[in-house]
Amino acid sequence: MALALVAVLAIFALWARAPTIAAIERPDPASFDRSEVVRGAALARIGNCASCHSVAGGRVYAGGTPIETPFGTIFGSNITPDPETGIGAWSYEAFARSMREGVGRDGSHLYPAFPYDRLRHTSDADLRALYAFLMTRDAVRAEPPANALIPPLGWRPVLAGWKLLALPRTGPQAPQPQLGALWERGRYLGEGLAHCASCHSPRGLLQQEVREQAYAGGWSDGWYAPPLDASSPAVREWTAERLYAYLRTGLSTAHAAAAGPMGPVTHNLARAPERDVRALATYYAWTMREARAARSEPVLPDRGAVAARAHPAGAALFRGACAACHEPGAPMMVAGRPDLRLGSPLHQDNPRDTVQIILQGLEPPVEPNGPYMPAYADTLTDTQIAAVTAYMRARWGSGPEWGDLEKAVADARAESGE
Amino acid sequence: MIELTINGTRRRIEGDPAEPLLYVLRDNLRLHAAKFGCGLGQCGSCTVLVDGKPVQSCITPMAALAGREVMTVEGLGSANSPGSVQQAFIDEQAAQCGYCIPGMIARAEALLRADPRPSEAAMRAAMRPSLCRCGTHMRILRAVRRAAVAMGGGIVDPAEPVS
Repeated sequence: MALALVAVLAIFALWARAPTIAAIERPDPASFDRSEVVRGAALARIGNCASCHSVAGGRVYAGGTPIETPFGTIFGSNITPDPETGIGAWSYEAFARSMREGVGRDGSHLYPAFPYDRLRHTSDADLRALYAFLMTRDAVRAEPPANALIPPLGWRPVLAGWKLLALPRTGPQAPQPQLGALWERGRYLGEGLAHCASCHSPRGLLQQEVREQAYAGGWSDGWYAPPLDASSPAVREWTAERLYAYLRTGLSTAHAAAAGPMGPVTHNLARAPERDVRALATYYAWTMREARAARSEPVLPDRGAVAARAHPAGAALFRGACAACHEPGAPMMVAGRPDLRLGSPLHQDNPRDTVQIILQGLEPPVEPNGPYMPAYADTLTDTQIAAVTAYMRARWGSGPEWGDLEKAVADARAESGE
Repeated sequence: MIELTINGTRRRIEGDPAEPLLYVLRDNLRLHAAKFGCGLGQCGSCTVLVDGKPVQSCITPMAALAGREVMTVEGLGSANSPGSVQQAFIDEQAAQCGYCIPGMIARAEALLRADPRPSEAAMRAAMRPSLCRCGTHMRILRAVRRAAVAMGGGIVDPAEPVS
C-alpha cells in the first residue's frame, strides 16, 4: 500500500516537473540597452515588485518579506542578480517562464503568492525591459528564510495540481478601441503587471482569484481591499482625475489617504510614468462607473448627538484620542485632510479597515512629510477600539451597526501578527 | 473618576474622561518630564509608558487608562540617581534643546525592556515616531546603544560600537 502510494507520488512528481533551464553566467550589466533598463524600472514600480521582494530597511529586491497565507508563511524571493541566492544565473527565457508559468529556473513550481496568474499577460517587450532592469541591479547575496507551510504544501509538485485546477486559461483580451488608447493601456497594466485584482478580488478555497467576481473586494495582509466594481462602497465618485491624484500622491481629498498595503502601491506609482498612472486611473474609473457614488453622491450626515448617546464611552475616547485631528474644524481638517465620513472604511460592510487604521496608524504613503497617523495598538484596548469604532460608524457611517467589534479588533490584531 | 497607577503610586483622577493624560500629568500632578509638542500625536515629545509600551500622552484620554500602569521619565530615576537609559543619554550628551528627550528616553526604555538585544534596524524603527528638531539623532541613537549595553544586552549589529 505504502509502496503504491510512493509510486503514485513519484509518477505525479515526474509528470509535474518542468524542465530545468540551463544556468548562464550573469550577463554583463553594460550589455543591456540603457533606455530598456529605464523602461524596466518604471514597469517594476507599476508591478509593485518591491513590496513583496524587499523588507523594510533591507536591500531592495533582496527578498525575505514574509507573506502570510491561510496555509502558512511564504517569504519573497531574492530577485537581484546574485547567481546563487538571486536570479543572476537566469536567462531571459527562464525569467519569462517564471512570470508566465510560475516555474523557477530549476524547473520547480512557484507559489501563486507570486501573482503569475496576472503577470503572464505582460508583453515580451515589457518582460525584456523588466529583465534588463533586474539584471542591472546590485547583486545582493541574501537567502530568504525557508517557507513555513502546512503539509503537503511544502512539496512543490502539488503546485502543478493547483495550476491545473485554479490557473485561468484566458487568452488575450479583445481590443476595445472605442474606449480609447488610455483605457486600453490601463487595462493592459491593471489586469496584468499591476495585478490590482490580486488584492481587490475574493479568493476561493484554493486561494485562487475568483475571476467571475473580479474586483468585488478582497483581503490583503490583514486589510480589506475594497471593491473596484459597481459595488464600490465609496460615497464620492471615483473619477479618473480623483483616482489619478490618489494613486499619484497617496491622497484623494474627496476620499482618504492610502493606508495599509495600498501605501507602498501609491509610493511606487508616484514614481512611475505619469501617462501609465493616468491610464490606470482611466481604467479603474471605468470599472467603477456604475457604482452608487457615480450615479449620485449622497449627502453625508453628522449624527454626533445620536452617536454620543448610543456610544458614550466611544464618544469620550474619540474626544480625547481622535478629535484633535478629526473633529470637523480641527486644525488638521482645516489644513485639507479629508473628513472621516468621506473615506470608504466607515461605509464598508465590515469594520476591518477602520480597525486596522486605528491599530496601525498611517505611514506617509508617498513622501515622508505625511499624511501620518500614530498607531493606537498600545494606547487603546480591544474594548476601547471597539467602542470608538462603533461611535464613528454611528456618527458618520452608512449601513447597520457592525456586530461583535471586540472580536473584529482581536482578529485584526492576530492577522497583523501582533 | 479614573483609578490608575502612575510611577508606582495608585491615583484617583477626577474630571473629564476625555482629558488627555498629558494634561493630567503636567497640570494636576506636576510631572513635567513629558512635553507638549504638537498635541496631535505627530511628534512624540509627550511619549510615556503605558503598561510598558510607548504611548503618546497628548492623544491618550484618561478614559483609556482605568486600571493601567503609567510610567513617566520621573519614574525611571532622578537627577541624583538616574536610570540606565537616562545615564546613557547624559553620557552621550544626547540633548541639545532637550525638548524631545523625555519622549526619546521613554521610547528607548520600552524597547529595551521588551527586547534587550534588538537589531539596529529594529532599534531605529522603534525610535522613529519621536522627532528631534535639533538634529541630535546620531547622539540619541548612540545613547540607546549605550543604554542597551548598560542594561545587560546590546544592539546585535550596531552601526557604531559603544565606546
